Amino acid sequence: MMAWLSINFHALAATLRKLAGSPLSSFFSICVIGIALSLPTGIFVLLQNIETLSGNFTGSPQISLFLSKDANSAEVSEIEKRLKENPGVDHFRFVPKEEALGEFRKDAEFSDVVASLSQNPLPDAFVVFARENSAKNLDALHQEMLKWPKVAHAQLDSNWARKLDSFLKLGHVATSILAVLLGFALIFITFNTIRLQILTQKDEIEVAKLIGATNTFIRRPFLYLGALQGLAGGIAAWGIIAAGLHFMNGAIQELAQLYSTRFILANLGIRESLLLFFLSACLGWLGAWLSVSRHLWQLDSGSQ
Amino acid sequence: MISFQAVGKRYPGGFDALKNITFSIERGEMVFIAGHSGAGKSTLLKLVAAIERPTSGSILVRDQNLGRMKRSAVPYLRRNFGLVFQDHKLLFNRTVFENVFLPLQIGAFDPREAGSRVRAALDKVGLLGREHAYPVELSGGEQQRLCIARAIVNRPAILIADEPTGNLDAEYSGIIMDMFKSFNQVGVTLLVSTHDEAMLRKLRPRVITLHQGELAP
Repeated sequence: MMAWLSINFHALAATLRKLAGSPLSSFFSICVIGIALSLPTGIFVLLQNIETLSGNFTGSPQISLFLSKDANSAEVSEIEKRLKENPGVDHFRFVPKEEALGEFRKDAEFSDVVASLSQNPLPDAFVVFARENSAKNLDALHQEMLKWPKVAHAQLDSNWARKLDSFLKLGHVATSILAVLLGFALIFITFNTIRLQILTQKDEIEVAKLIGATNTFIRRPFLYLGALQGLAGGIAAWGIIAAGLHFMNGAIQELAQLYSTRFILANLGIRESLLLFFLSACLGWLGAWLSVSRHLWQLDSGSQ
Repeated sequence: MISFQAVGKRYPGGFDALKNITFSIERGEMVFIAGHSGAGKSTLLKLVAAIERPTSGSILVRDQNLGRMKRSAVPYLRRNFGLVFQDHKLLFNRTVFENVFLPLQIGAFDPREAGSRVRAALDKVGLLGREHAYPVELSGGEQQRLCIARAIVNRPAILIADEPTGNLDAEYSGIIMDMFKSFNQVGVTLLVSTHDEAMLRKLRPRVITLHQGELAP
């Protein structure tokens, strides 16, 4: 146990020495990884913010149900009864035609027009809120209501929200693709920097193998190096995004003041940040593993 | 301890470095491999240390058949050997102490005892005062002794040395040969290649002579 700890401690110390030994090139590779990671992560953060924003605007989508003008009170109560019995309906509000006309009369722009009318052109209406706001459920409810007697028109008010929703979904798919591609890029970057490290330590590897080092022993410091570099790149990406959001929030506040609302772009949460660090460390580790394994394989096949 | 049975080594391209070699070495023996350069001495030592594999015949070291050995088992076999290389193979970015420490580190030796082991090995080769020096600061003979200290630090059962006195003058050669003799006296099996006839006449060890890849009668 002591020996195992000692080996790992030595490997880690050697790794840190290596990073500190070439500060500029370490810094550059960390920056490259950070920039590569900040792209998909940054877009993810923006999408998340748009989602929060659109969530505030949409509220729960409603269906406006307009009856034919010739519907009598018995037929209105029939619709009301159906709404009450329908399991998909959470609650609803009846807007009689007189109330609707009253609304218009209050509005300065329309009051003249309303006064000139000889009779009320508006129908009775219901505003219906669904129990479940999934697009599928809303569509089904909408279609069903259209078939009811004396329903002239039913309007689903959530169309724009659903369009935004599908755009966001598209955005998420695009971000995922970008993330996968740049994840590979991270592996390749690490592969290459570790390969350069291996070349500077070719003699050490050769000697260590000759005096009985296992491949695990030889790999270890390089795996640490790859993982540490990936982790540092992940932290750099986090920093880039935090700085970017800081500057964008300055501009957004001005914009929000013009619309007299408050809105601030939020950064990654703790869980997402930790996930970012973990994944970047893992990818760095993988890149290093591939690089050392390739070198060891070449050594082994050369010694036949 | 070591036994060769009709061993041949043919390199890609068809060159036969060794042909039909049969011999065996008992525990605690001191055996010299003699022959001109190109006779196959280095190849023979590389086969014993499993640095290369035979293309025919079989090699047994401590009852393990090297030809059939799994690659992953080779490092553990090598820990039974102390290897002294003609070109030393020292690490020039590490101090004398760290160079000798390396085999202990690889063998996961208890770090608390490792320091005294390293110093004991350096003491045996007369480099105790130079722990913190770097190999470039050492003379050729001192570098060879450092290589020997690294080979003996984990107290190997078999010491394999390839031309250990190749580039040294007679006085240094004598010192190194005396060291080898003292290791042999405490039970280490020794396998040394050399083309130094004077040395062989002086020590009168068991000699295996190679001539163009074959055992000379």
